[in-house]
Amino acid sequence: MGVTRWEKPHPVAEKAAEALRARFGASIGETAVFRGEVTVVVEAARIVEACRLVKLDPDLSFEMLSDLTGIHFGDRDYEYEVLYHLYSFKNNARLRLKVRLAETNHCPTVTGVWVGADWQEREAYDLVGVVFDGHPDLRRILMPEDFEFHPLRRDFPLEGHGA
Amino acid sequence: MPITREKLESGGEAVTINMGPSHPSTHGVLRLVLELEGEIVRKCTPHVGYLHRGMEKIAENKTYHQFIPYTDRLDYLAPLSNNCAYVMAVEKLIDCEVPPRARAIRVLVCELSRISAHLLWLGTHAVDLGALSVFFYTFREREILYDFIEMLTGTRMTTSYTRVGGLARDLPPGFLDQFKAWVTRFPKEVEEWEALLTHNKIWVERTKDIGILKVEDAIDLGVTGPNLRACGKDWDLRKVEPYSGYDELDFDVPVGSVGDVYDRYLVRLEEMRQSVRILHQIIAKMPDGPIVVDDPKIVLPPKENVLRKMEELIHQFILVTESFDAPVGEVYHAIEAPKGELGFYIKSEGGGSPYRLKIRSPSFINLQALVKIAEGQLVSDLVAIIASLDPVMGEVDR
Repeated sequence: MGVTRWEKPHPVAEKAAEALRARFGASIGETAVFRGEVTVVVEAARIVEACRLVKLDPDLSFEMLSDLTGIHFGDRDYEYEVLYHLYSFKNNARLRLKVRLAETNHCPTVTGVWVGADWQEREAYDLVGVVFDGHPDLRRILMPEDFEFHPLRRDFPLEGHGA
Repeated sequence: MPITREKLESGGEAVTINMGPSHPSTHGVLRLVLELEGEIVRKCTPHVGYLHRGMEKIAENKTYHQFIPYTDRLDYLAPLSNNCAYVMAVEKLIDCEVPPRARAIRVLVCELSRISAHLLWLGTHAVDLGALSVFFYTFREREILYDFIEMLTGTRMTTSYTRVGGLARDLPPGFLDQFKAWVTRFPKEVEEWEALLTHNKIWVERTKDIGILKVEDAIDLGVTGPNLRACGKDWDLRKVEPYSGYDELDFDVPVGSVGDVYDRYLVRLEEMRQSVRILHQIIAKMPDGPIVVDDPKIVLPPKENVLRKMEELIHQFILVTESFDAPVGEVYHAIEAPKGELGFYIKSEGGGSPYRLKIRSPSFINLQALVKIAEGQLVSDLVAIIASLDPVMGEVDR
């Protein structure tokens, strides 16, 4: 252990964090770097604009939504996190945006920014229970249509019929 | 009297039909609801999830090592590649660098998987379009590859070959010589299949300019792998984010121009040849040395030591019951799997299991492109399009 090969964050990812803070100010929360990966916390109300900014800015151009997912927490002051893993072809850089939802499970959709968010948001809704407002077709995707639970929630048991 | 497309279109009322979930050309349990106007697909709605096993939930309740066998069952046509992708993400999390021999063997098994996965794609793709004989040729070669996989791992499909910190076992004696002989012979087989298909009039008519995906749409959808490269985007994770020593290897990335079924065919065919190039280099330069990192806190000690030494017994006990203690943090690591970007996102809150593990499966995201491509195509061409997108449902549904 103790290898340093991951430890440098990509300058463009850091630049994106600065650009977001410059534009949205207090709506941008903490910026974390772990193993060279830059994570920026964005307020839910600003996430669509934030995605659009990092995608359309010619210097940043995070053109691809590589992955979108959610996490449910049972035990802290926010209940959900929605994660956006972005990739920039031009700069060969990755960036992770994060939305924290407290006392709500509603998050604006980014299907207007990337068409590919469609199925990914459906999956996050299906498994984690985050509702993406404005999504054109928010149906379950992996679980059956009549399934009543969101299996990746902390309170969903590993075995049995659910509670 | 010439029959035109217009004629096919004006078939009367629109009909909705169900294709799959068990249909030979949907390559697994994929269900498509098609709205047809005559023979033309007006809307295609895929329904997935038939193979959903809740892998991400399982991961939260297993130690990092215990999850390795589950990765075999993602893209079950390239389990070795999934094994590698997963442990590399964990190694990034715990900051562990594996020895050179393990890295080289990982490249070897990844490329072996790529060829094996592409062989299945080519065989079934050809069957879908009526070229039955190609299937027998590719499956003959695939069977030989399975023999190699069995030599290496003891099993054909559920390989679980990698470990966090290295590999489960070393190459068996004589493996490299036998494998080299196969790798040397294999390109001639590819040439033969090319002779059967590439200039075959029926094949060309069935694939050229069919199912075009534009590069900007592909990026918008997040399509990766051969499907993206066929659209003309020169992007391969082995080149842009090299892992496991790919940056020291000499190989080209085939790129298409039109983005049709034919380009996807040509790209994958060439990828097999490039994999052969990589394998030759790996076999020639296979380093000696250990196959696991020298860290008893991560890697299980050899069994004979566990039986004789107190300290090794304790290490084994702790690793099996609690696993290593991962640092708090979150990582995403992706490799160029046969289908595209296979990434694992791991969020750790410390301890021996992930707090959340997300599998970014290339097939799931690539399959979404089908909705876009299928519009306005003939039903019979849809069969060619599905085969050319090469989805594996084990990975789509997880």
